[in-house]
Amino acid sequence: MNAVETRARAAKATGRKLLVPYVTGGVTENWTDLLRAAVDAGADAIEIGLPFSDPTLDGPVVQQSSHQALSRGATTRQILDDVSRLGLPVPLIAFTYANLVLHGGADQFCAALADAGVGGLIVPDLPVDEMEPVATAAADTKLDLVLLASPATTPHRRTEIAKRSRGFIYAVSVMATTGEQSQLGQAGQQLVTSLRQATDLPVVLGFGISGPRQAAEACGYADGVAVGSALMRRVLDGAGAAELGDFLGEFRTALDRTTR
Amino acid sequence: MDQLLRTGHQPDPVDSRRPSGLGRFGEYGGRFVPESLVPACEEVERAFAEAWGDPLFRAELNHLLAVYVGRPTPLTPTARLSAELGVNLWLKREDLTHTGSHKINNVLGQALLARRMGKRRLIAETGAGQHGVATATAGALLGMPTTVLMGEKDTERQQLNVFRMKMLGAEVIPVTSGSRTLKDACSEALRHWVTSVDDAYYCLGSAMGPHPYPWMVRQFQRVIGEEARAQCAADLVSGTPDYVVACVGGGSNAAGTFAGFVDTPARLIGVEAAGGAAISAGTTGVLHGFRSKVLQDEHGQISEAHSIAAGLDYPGVGPEHAYLAESGRATYVTVDDVEVLAATHRLARTEGILCALESAHAVAWVIRAAGDGTIPPGSTVMLTLSGRGDKDMATLMELS
Ligand SMILES: Cc1ncc(COP(=O)(O)O)c(C=O)c1O
Repeated sequence: MNAVETRARAAKATGRKLLVPYVTGGVTENWTDLLRAAVDAGADAIEIGLPFSDPTLDGPVVQQSSHQALSRGATTRQILDDVSRLGLPVPLIAFTYANLVLHGGADQFCAALADAGVGGLIVPDLPVDEMEPVATAAADTKLDLVLLASPATTPHRRTEIAKRSRGFIYAVSVMATTGEQSQLGQAGQQLVTSLRQATDLPVVLGFGISGPRQAAEACGYADGVAVGSALMRRVLDGAGAAELGDFLGEFRTALDRTTR
Repeated sequence: MDQLLRTGHQPDPVDSRRPSGLGRFGEYGGRFVPESLVPACEEVERAFAEAWGDPLFRAELNHLLAVYVGRPTPLTPTARLSAELGVNLWLKREDLTHTGSHKINNVLGQALLARRMGKRRLIAETGAGQHGVATATAGALLGMPTTVLMGEKDTERQQLNVFRMKMLGAEVIPVTSGSRTLKDACSEALRHWVTSVDDAYYCLGSAMGPHPYPWMVRQFQRVIGEEARAQCAADLVSGTPDYVVACVGGGSNAAGTFAGFVDTPARLIGVEAAGGAAISAGTTGVLHGFRSKVLQDEHGQISEAHSIAAGLDYPGVGPEHAYLAESGRATYVTVDDVEVLAATHRLARTEGILCALESAHAVAWVIRAAGDGTIPPGSTVMLTLSGRGDKDMATLMELS
């Protein structure tokens, strides 16, 4: 078992809910400070967005943050360089699109992630049917390739995704792009419930989580939450590491309260 | 897939090489979309396979193509230009279709499919606006509300088509992300589709995108090639042309044209814009749901393409073309904006045909290749004139 899954399963075993913030790599000059702040605030793993010019699953906020990072000259190599010097005590998970993964070959890409100390990979436009070369490369380099399931996913595909996902399963709560939602719908809960029948892997709910209260509500049925747009909106508005840490701290508190 | 091959027209070599399931042409194609869209793509694939094999569906489509679109379109000989060039140039006149380009063939097919699937509205992306106009037209014809996503830059360049879409009752949403052109409209259309798969059908504008679109769009466009082939058999002394030429943006008119000739000895030539030459200057990548040749930088970020013809400045190309290029069955060449303008003027002055700037790419290559002997004198050339130039008059006025 690799780092992400070890951590996720350990948390699940003790009843601790997973807090998985998303930060766009290179979004600001001191972007790695945001990672440290997230760790200090109680993140269990961190998704690091490797920005791509043509994202097909990101809403306006994450798109904007990627655009900002690319305009600042961010590259995958530079972001991984930055990350490799941090030595953070939680697993990092790269979040990026298929073209960046396959560009120089999945083997090379996964090796570069592993060298930088990254423990997992999420590729939203690489469905289970297309994952083969990347899954092999990830397994060879001890990366957990986390798969997404959506409310539209058919039972047959759900079983396949549950079987092939590593680390945890990323349950997409709504039929939408990334972004904050005013309310959590029924779809996410139903999805998590049906995934549970197919696997004992931890299930993390993402998309639309905009505040601590919603996160706690989601953790009434999920093993954790991924939070992206709510954080990046604040960063785009100028929030620094301290502010972000405070905000994430509220999530931690809310999640810990659901457990006990 | 065998079943699909049996129900459709004669299987062509490209079809029979397409493996089942994942929709690949060699290593190109596939379905690189968010999980939320996979079931929707599967639904479209199933529905299309069934519809394409249903004589009633085909009959309704063919009826509309005849009485609404104006098919068959003529194969026009060019007397004066042919004499000047020393080759026999024939034009397949997609510019004479209703709405003025080949895009309508595909759109009517997809709109009928959408209705058959019980979808209530259409969404589409557009660059030059021809696909948007075609979709707005089909939406009006079938009573389906239509939303068109268009790069903000393109809405400025193609104001006439924006106005046409609005006249037809469509909602046009300018896309302000990224380079604000066709590639961003495509990304936005996929994002838009994620939020509306229940009631909306994504009517994709070229032989690209996730499986089954490249295959389906080619099947809807193969009417161009099949008609042209029969017309060549009737009108040409040789029966088959020596060269079959079409411009390539996403590649739908070329794919449809080539499909009619792929099993003949004709040389297939796809003409790309020099600034948007995914096959000639691109590398293998994944964009908008499919793997093909794309323009990208050393880091894998997608580059912006540039062409005087808005319909050709797309940084990717349909997967079947990447495959036809790699297998050597078709050849892809480029022409630049200057040649395109000269070709537009020359065709207008010699034949009285003002073609779309996209189509003029194909004309420009024939002029060059006849001039330098690449096309031997006396050869017969069948060229698909994909559309008419009305939409480009503002651009041409600015430049002259
Ligand atoms: C008149 C015309 N020809 C050609 C094209 C290029 O598209 P494709 O390569 O898909 O046929 C377009 C696209 O907008 C067009 O409007």
